[in-house]
Amino acid sequence: MLEAALAVWDSIPVMIQTVTVLVIEVVALVIPIMLSVAYLTLAERKVIGYAQVRIGPNRVGPYGLGQPIADGLKLVMKEIILPTKANKFLFVLAPILSLGPALAAWAVVPLYDGIAVANIDAGLLYILAMTSVGVYGVIIAGWASNSKYAFLGALRSAAQIVSYEIAMGFALVGVLLAAGSLNLQTIVNAQNGGVLHWYFLPLLPLFMVYFISGVAETNRAPFDVAEGESEIVAGFHVEYSGIAFGVFFLAEYANMILISVLTAVLFCGGWLSPLQGVVPDTVFDIPVLGHLLGHGPHWLLAKTSFFLFLFLWFRATFPRYRYDQIMRLGWKVFIPITIVWLLVVGLMVVTGFGPWW
Amino acid sequence: MLENYLPIMIFIIMGVVFGVAPIVVGKVLAVNRPDQAKLSPYECGFEAFEDSRMKFDVRFYLVAILFIIFDLEIAFLFPWAVVLQDIGMFGFLAMVVFLGILVVGFIYEWKRGALEWE
Repeated sequence: MLEAALAVWDSIPVMIQTVTVLVIEVVALVIPIMLSVAYLTLAERKVIGYAQVRIGPNRVGPYGLGQPIADGLKLVMKEIILPTKANKFLFVLAPILSLGPALAAWAVVPLYDGIAVANIDAGLLYILAMTSVGVYGVIIAGWASNSKYAFLGALRSAAQIVSYEIAMGFALVGVLLAAGSLNLQTIVNAQNGGVLHWYFLPLLPLFMVYFISGVAETNRAPFDVAEGESEIVAGFHVEYSGIAFGVFFLAEYANMILISVLTAVLFCGGWLSPLQGVVPDTVFDIPVLGHLLGHGPHWLLAKTSFFLFLFLWFRATFPRYRYDQIMRLGWKVFIPITIVWLLVVGLMVVTGFGPWW
Repeated sequence: MLENYLPIMIFIIMGVVFGVAPIVVGKVLAVNRPDQAKLSPYECGFEAFEDSRMKFDVRFYLVAILFIIFDLEIAFLFPWAVVLQDIGMFGFLAMVVFLGILVVGFIYEWKRGALEWE
């Protein structure tokens, strides 16, 4: 039986074999991401619930664990409205353009030493490109809807996203300076050597600018004026219904997860263990415990979860910024900070006085 | 070299597929009973007063133009940052001059109020 299957497999041309393997790899990565997206919505409602001294959803399944599935099913069964005045093609294209890049950027995220779908040298450039494409989904959605609220929401949203993208880009350049490579594997390995070697310490201003810009970039509270339900009802996706709206929703949460994992990889050592250098190295040789405490993808997972929790915590804690305050923060605070710190880091690299001891 | 990028292409295609699939499923499964009121643009229950392709604040244009300048700047910084350890002090000073010109422009637009939103 197995031999027959293997014979069939061998008879397939090599090209198709490679593609099949790759498709399986990609699906094996995307399905967990989509599941995380689904349960992140539940986690958000639970966290905010407890922050406001209620218990959040608890009716569907044990502890409300069936809630995301029920929500998804409901959205799929709802009518997808195509407004008469809308540009039909662009209207349908917009949610896809939002979700596609948020998932595609995962191609270069290193899960462990040597484990990534694509280990390319231009990794960070690709990340920058993919996160930039997301803004097209927003602006196309607002324009194609042919509705005033959607249009105003899209303008606000797009202006905010591109503003913070500059600060994010500068922060990425700082990481590049420190690591001297665009390859994400190399960047993580350059942080090897214990918590104090992770870039969040020598690049502290850039780290904070990056993460806060990430919150603004995903249009999350306290920077969610793009949705501003009290002014422009829901922003750019006001005309979307059913699963078309659901796809925008997925894209927002997928982007949150992406920003969190990137922060973990670029500034917090990715899969590297925080215990390195804290406990003696012999501990890592103990059979099971050593694997648990040593480097591994579970640390990346833990760090990503921590940053995701910060997203939810921010939303539960901070009041919403005003639009002019948001733009001021992006242009007049973050950009000067990042430019100055880039020069500092650059000077350190050139003079060999590295903060990466 | 290029075969390293095959997974990227497949990942992008799969990303788009994961966006298209729910919409197709929704189109097939969901009810579809459109009527005129439902298909009109949302305007708090009123009939639409005027076309929604309206004039908007010029500052959005300004932000877009400034974004292009700064984003190009980042694109210039990327290769510089990767090789800085090899090109040394000369490379660093060249970029200081380059960034200096940008900062002069930035200060100018700041003083002219291009970044003000009241």
